[in-house]
Amino acid sequence: MSEFFSMGGYGGYIWGSYAITAIAMIALLVATLRSLRNSRIERDQLEAVLQSRRSRRNKKAPKAP
Amino acid sequence: MHRFAKPSVFLKLTDPLLPWLSGATAILIAAGLYFALFASPGDYQQGDTVRIMYLHVPAAWMGLFCYVGMAVCGAMSLIWKHPLADICARATAPIGATFTALCLITGSLWGEPMWGTWWVWDARLTSMLILLFLYLGYIALVNAFDDPERGSKAGSALALVGAVNVPIVKFSVDWWNTLHQPASIVRMDGPTVDPSMQLPLALMILGFTCYYFVMLILRVRLELNERRIRALQLSGMFDERSPGQNTDTPSYDAGHNAEASQ
Repeated sequence: MSEFFSMGGYGGYIWGSYAITAIAMIALLVATLRSLRNSRIERDQLEAVLQSRRSRRNKKAPKAP
Repeated sequence: MHRFAKPSVFLKLTDPLLPWLSGATAILIAAGLYFALFASPGDYQQGDTVRIMYLHVPAAWMGLFCYVGMAVCGAMSLIWKHPLADICARATAPIGATFTALCLITGSLWGEPMWGTWWVWDARLTSMLILLFLYLGYIALVNAFDDPERGSKAGSALALVGAVNVPIVKFSVDWWNTLHQPASIVRMDGPTVDPSMQLPLALMILGFTCYYFVMLILRVRLELNERRIRALQLSGMFDERSPGQNTDTPSYDAGHNAEASQ
């Protein structure tokens, strides 16, 4: 087992490159998913605000002289 | 062709694709890791350090693949003003930059034990570093303008001019003396890598490619949301300034529909 991890004495280099690659690819995925969720929330909020503002105005419109 | 460039069509087409691509990414990389770390032999000269190849070569491949994709999208954005082409180019840049950086880092970690140095200023390594700077320059440039239209024009031009670096990277090992080994997979007389090493390499390359497409779909959606937010914010400001007029929400489709009807 320890033979497997030492990788013929090159363990640091080999596991280092696997660790860095895993960290970078997962970090990019997590960062993308997080900003995707935030952008979805912000878009929906803006849409709701504009929708309510518009429907309020449309209700008032017929009463105007 | 223009039909597919509509964001709503893009969402409809990629929605069923996303779970399959994610599953394929996970399976291919898991299988690739198994063969790379357990079920493949060490090199007769390099011992176990050859296992770094299963990350280094796919990362390098993706770095070049993403750049070609970005340059093609840049061209389509300049010529046909595809809104989705520009979005795809912007979405690709950070993914390609990540892979290029990973290629340089894993190459360095491979070079230290085998060449005895982390870094040499030779053709392959330097042209790969330039590729990374092209990505970073593109990202900085497209985000430097308040008007996304101008940013995309400048960025597309940079991506196209920088594409000249792609064949330089590929052929640098033939054109100049270098520490880096020559091509051993894509060459005229077939690959010189042993089949037991080709399998994990192929699995990892396919896995990384699927990962790219998953990330591309996610990042295009992010970009579409951000454009929608910008459009909504603009229309909100309109509403406040002229409450009497009915201003329709400009959508990211609007400009494109006008063009498609030509």
